[in-house]
Amino acid sequence: MSTQQHPTVDVYLRVAAALVILTVLEVGVFYVPAFHPVLVPVLLVLSACKFTLVMMFYMHLKADSRIFTFLFGAPLILAVTVLVALLLLLLGALTLRGAGGAGAG
Amino acid sequence: MKSWLTTTDHKRIGLLYFWTAFGFFLIGGIEALIIRLQLAQPNGHVVSAETYNQLFTMHGTTMVFLALMPLSASFFNYIVPLQIGARDVAFPRLNAFSYWVFLLGGLFLNASWFVGPLFHAPTLNVAPDGGWFGYANLTERQFSPGPNIDFWLLGLQVLGISSLAAGFNFIVTILNLRAPGMKLMRLPTFTWMTLVTQFLIITAFPVITAGLVFLMFDRFFGTHFYVHEAGATPVLWQHLFWLFGHPEVYILILPAMGIVSEVLPTFARKPLFGYTVVVYSGILIGFMGWGVWSHHMFSVGLGPIADSVFSATTMLIAVPTGVKIFNWIATLWGGDIRGTTALHFAVGFIAMFVIGGLSGVTHASPPTDLQQTDTYYVVAHIHYVLFGGTIMGLFAGVYYWWPKMTGRLLSEALGKWHFWLQLIGMNLAFFPMHFIGLLGMPRRVYTYSPDLGVAQLNLVSTVGALLIAVSILMFLINLVRSRTSGERAPNDPWGGATLEWSIPSPPPVYNFSVIPTVDSRLPRWKTEHHGAMRDPPATPPAPIHVPGGSWWPLVAALGLPLMALAALTHTLWIVFVGGAVLLFGVYRWAFEPFEV
Amino acid sequence: MTHAHAGPPVGHHTSLGLDSRKLAFWAFIGSECLLFTSLISTYLVYKGRSVVGPYPHEILNIPFTSVSTFDLLMSSLMMVLALAAVQRGDMKWGKIWLFCTALLGTVFLGGQVIEFTEFVHKGLTLQTNLFGCTFFVLTGTHGAHVTVGVLWLLTLWVRALQGKLTQAHAMTVEISGLYWHFVDVVWIVIFTVVYLIQ
Repeated sequence: MSTQQHPTVDVYLRVAAALVILTVLEVGVFYVPAFHPVLVPVLLVLSACKFTLVMMFYMHLKADSRIFTFLFGAPLILAVTVLVALLLLLLGALTLRGAGGAGAG
Repeated sequence: MKSWLTTTDHKRIGLLYFWTAFGFFLIGGIEALIIRLQLAQPNGHVVSAETYNQLFTMHGTTMVFLALMPLSASFFNYIVPLQIGARDVAFPRLNAFSYWVFLLGGLFLNASWFVGPLFHAPTLNVAPDGGWFGYANLTERQFSPGPNIDFWLLGLQVLGISSLAAGFNFIVTILNLRAPGMKLMRLPTFTWMTLVTQFLIITAFPVITAGLVFLMFDRFFGTHFYVHEAGATPVLWQHLFWLFGHPEVYILILPAMGIVSEVLPTFARKPLFGYTVVVYSGILIGFMGWGVWSHHMFSVGLGPIADSVFSATTMLIAVPTGVKIFNWIATLWGGDIRGTTALHFAVGFIAMFVIGGLSGVTHASPPTDLQQTDTYYVVAHIHYVLFGGTIMGLFAGVYYWWPKMTGRLLSEALGKWHFWLQLIGMNLAFFPMHFIGLLGMPRRVYTYSPDLGVAQLNLVSTVGALLIAVSILMFLINLVRSRTSGERAPNDPWGGATLEWSIPSPPPVYNFSVIPTVDSRLPRWKTEHHGAMRDPPATPPAPIHVPGGSWWPLVAALGLPLMALAALTHTLWIVFVGGAVLLFGVYRWAFEPFEV
Repeated sequence: MTHAHAGPPVGHHTSLGLDSRKLAFWAFIGSECLLFTSLISTYLVYKGRSVVGPYPHEILNIPFTSVSTFDLLMSSLMMVLALAAVQRGDMKWGKIWLFCTALLGTVFLGGQVIEFTEFVHKGLTLQTNLFGCTFFVLTGTHGAHVTVGVLWLLTLWVRALQGKLTQAHAMTVEISGLYWHFVDVVWIVIFTVVYLIQ
């Protein structure tokens, strides 16, 4: 089984520190009213960063064969697309068309 | 006998899948015959309305999940490892587990035909009755108080596990266990289509799992996932179901397309025309299949934007499909044709699937679909693509690979009878349904009025169904005859190009005495680019390790229907027993010394 | 049928030069993305549609859940340290870190139990409203996954205590780690989407 250089313990600790900081930022954004207008995009970006850090370093995707990234990434992209599609289809129906939208209700 | 219970050999598992799936196919067929008898005349009295609902639900559910998918699986199991030059699949015990879960799930589902009294029902049969797609909120406890829908949702969840496990298994097998030199673009088309199908399975099944879990919670724990009064919407079910359901139909058709792509070249003695394009089209169909699901919901009122988008994507998906059709025709064109039964079924597939595809294209337009949806027109479409398509393709596979799998040839004469009776029968059965539907007969109704003017057409359709039954009987006779007195098959009865034809029929337990090194897409044919490969020697140069069997896949599999049964009977402790059996089986499996 | 080995058992030729179990597991994780996305989509689609309370802002306890989140993130750190130890043959620290991971996982589960009990006391159950059913099924499914993970890790830990888990089994530990990190990653998404975006 050939993988490239394992990240060292040092890298793991720094990733852990980054994860903690990002979480603190997330909670901070939640509590600080000034950020509320941009709450959703900022939170999404922060959690995407955490997600990526865990995937790339703890789950080793950065150093491993790209096939693993594909096996995970393709379904992930599909999943996100499905989520967005469902939001558009169902939230659009439930809010824009109102409770009177017969087929949607 | 014990060796069959503990087998981990992909060839035996393939045969187990075949026999079990064929058995369920016959059951589904009988359900269809009863339906047709009921509909042969207006105001029929063959069965009650309630039983009729169970019949069409079980016919659909059985055919999709217990017949067509597992029949395809029998070829995935038997043939794919042979085509890639492997000794078995990547995870033989997981493979066995998939089979046992399938068998137990199918038995669980069909037990509903007999166990009414156990649930204090007025009838013997309490089979699922909400349609194979189980729309909410008909399926809520309020409107379906009996155990019928519980059988359905629990049975499907169990079966889903079988398919998912097999999906992971085959993906790894095809990616990682290929013989040296077998690059991806040298894979036989059947194996390619199998690979795409497995990706569809592992991505689509989780979605319906979620939908079924929600339904289960609504029915068992009083949640409101699909209850309008709570602010929810039954349309969510439809989305979740069809997000699964549309990829599912590609799961059903791609393997058959793969089979056709193998059979045509062999019996035209010409390579598949445009292999690369055919493969990419298959991949594209897989991807695009995820983008069309709401074409099943054109009458729901999603709005003009959604309708238009899905209409466009649906029309687009006809393109790669059409590309394949042209490539197949081009394969036959100018070839040295041998009219074997397998070839007849493959050509029949093309013709019937085109008809089904045409009715499908008419569905792609929301205005026309509004006339067609929920009528027999759709039933016509489904059966042209699934019967004329998948079933014909699978039979092509049977007539093609049966000699390899059993070491016996099937009778070509009986095969031709089977083919023609089936072709005529299916057209008699399903073509009138286009008209019956457009004349206004809805789906899923147990009878119709004589005033509708569809009585004669329905009668013709019933005659067609009976003819199909006769044709299947021919096939059964052929099968039995082949086993008892069929001519012995050589390694390569057809002059095939791919690796499975390089070894004995049936293959030895280790498949290849020496794993071949492959340097082309058509290893066994001599072409202008390369010579024909030398078949592996009759005996291996050194002893080959073959893993023994294992009980643990079967044991673990038993845990699942136990848990389903517990849910069905609302007894919590059996859930834990079932879970314990599953965990115990998995634990012993994980730490069993088993070397592939 | 013969049983003599044609070669070393774990030296089989593979087309990709990758471990089959690892390939299978990444495919499994890909599949699980679709499962959790279906659950999360349903939560999002039904957000704000509950006809009766309690509503998220009345019930969700961000400080408490932040601690849970921190706990799970740290457990991922323990997991990679466990793997690193096993990969270099240091079973002493391998056992310690494996146990710590399972311990932190159990703490997380304990936190979930406390949180759910609290919610029930405040009137939010599976049956109460859409928030109740979507929340509990989503987080419950996640919790079930964590439970399976804890059992898996404890099994490995016990086998390590018995001397049956060694450096040669590093792949097994790696795969259990993949599962564990995935479960953590799902929580990252849930924490953001359910708790922080209200």
